[in-house]
Amino acid sequence: MQHEIIVAGFGGQGVLLTGQLLAYAGLLEGKQVAWVPSYGPEMRGGTANCSVIISDRSIGSPLVDEPGAALVFNQPSLEKFEKHIRNRGLLLINSSTVDTRGVKRKDLQVHHIPANEIAARLGNDRVANMVMLGAYLELTGVVSIDSVLAALAKVLPVNKHSLLTVNRKAAEAGALSVHHPLAAEL
Amino acid sequence: MKVLMKGNEVIGEAAVRAGCRAFFGYPITPQTELPEYLAHRMPEVGGFFLQAESELAAINMVYGAAGAGARVMTSSSGPGISLKAEGISYLAGAQLPCVIVNIMRGGPGLGGIQPSQADYFQATRGGGHGDYRVIVLAPASVQEMADLTAEAFELADRYRNPVMLLGDGILGQMMEAVEFKPRPAQNTTNKHWATTGRRGRSKNIINSLYLDPELLEKHNQKLQQKYSQIAGTESRAETYRTEDAAIIVVAFGTAARIARTAVDNARARGIRAGLIRPITLWPFPEPVIRESLGECRAVLTVEMNAGQMLDDVRLAVNGTRPVHFYGRMGGMVPSAAEVLRAIEKTGGMDHGHESCQA
Repeated sequence: MQHEIIVAGFGGQGVLLTGQLLAYAGLLEGKQVAWVPSYGPEMRGGTANCSVIISDRSIGSPLVDEPGAALVFNQPSLEKFEKHIRNRGLLLINSSTVDTRGVKRKDLQVHHIPANEIAARLGNDRVANMVMLGAYLELTGVVSIDSVLAALAKVLPVNKHSLLTVNRKAAEAGALSVHHPLAAEL
Repeated sequence: MKVLMKGNEVIGEAAVRAGCRAFFGYPITPQTELPEYLAHRMPEVGGFFLQAESELAAINMVYGAAGAGARVMTSSSGPGISLKAEGISYLAGAQLPCVIVNIMRGGPGLGGIQPSQADYFQATRGGGHGDYRVIVLAPASVQEMADLTAEAFELADRYRNPVMLLGDGILGQMMEAVEFKPRPAQNTTNKHWATTGRRGRSKNIINSLYLDPELLEKHNQKLQQKYSQIAGTESRAETYRTEDAAIIVVAFGTAARIARTAVDNARARGIRAGLIRPITLWPFPEPVIRESLGECRAVLTVEMNAGQMLDDVRLAVNGTRPVHFYGRMGGMVPSAAEVLRAIEKTGGMDHGHESCQA
């Protein structure tokens, strides 16, 4: 089984880190992984994206042409990547920052997640990316939230480990939100 | 233990582990994470990092450090490598071991910053003036960037020759799992030729200037002898599903990763495709290509350029099979689906149709 994912949004929303955590969690679970960032004259506030492959066999092309899932954090990314998602694939939209009426395709499994509101309720609006990741993991089970937190512990400097708790809560809230979309909107 | 790291940073760490203690460079996308990594890593191991005022300065600092016997590295991307070409010719002429990294971007000129393989000619044909060769290694994964960086230092010292590590923007920027394998004790090559302070021994001279043409010809003959020895012993390539292949794809680096997916997809459709991935671009692995052709009826070269390795593939195949080409340029990367279509059409036959299967 091979999972191919795009994470896309504005620079500064944590999209590159979200992809890295997913890849690192895959590695910790003994899977083959590849993470490829968009690179270019990008800056905070500009668009950024990365692709992640998690596989139980050796990865050929590290590039993702038709993602099975896309985690979308801004409007330009929805326009850019919606058309590339695999038939009946997964589209997770941060509805706090994206106008979800823009979705055109009917075959996709679309989830609207008010990630910024959920994050704000947890007291830290910077964990919206973890809310989105938690939702994705709940829907696919690609890796466990525990592995993502273990990866985060490796990436975060020790003096920031106090942030692990709110990141775990964010991922768990994201996971819940896909079952109770209305409750999440409140 | 495996860790998740960026290709550019992996080259830096692997260099440090190979005993490299001197780095001279100048930033350019898409390789800047490599000097950035070494800027903090070199001081940790008592090594030397310097961001030079230009690429020209950097490559000549490499000349100085190599002459003094240090394991030394520099890195850049196409435009910077062009600036370094003069120095690389001098390093080759003076037989100085060093490792030069080129993380390729689209050209010509300033071109762009997206991944490319358009510096194949520059790397394998020297790039600078004079009859010389540089050993060129082409990794196709982050793990191989670690392994081949270590290997590059060994080869450089063994042959007293510059070695180039030729990657592209994707390999430099991507993260994959990597394990830094414990290697046998670092090469303890006695650099008896190095200018390390005379202390009673006879004088060592590092030089590429021979005004007497007879002496210069002798020097060239010595170099050519060395190059034939390297060509005879150091060429290497990986083969994948070539045993019964009717169509063989030849590709290196990132293009080879994409081609491998295309080969698997072709096999799933009943097309007997295989892949040869040159790991050394110079010396070019002609023997592997010739030996792997077997019952193959056509060859397809896939590159992220206008068709450069294609010349070497044609020389290796030597007219025994038709050699076709598929490539993208300017920083565009072929998709696995495009390569599959090229495989299906290879040899003027539509291999996608069952009736065409041998």
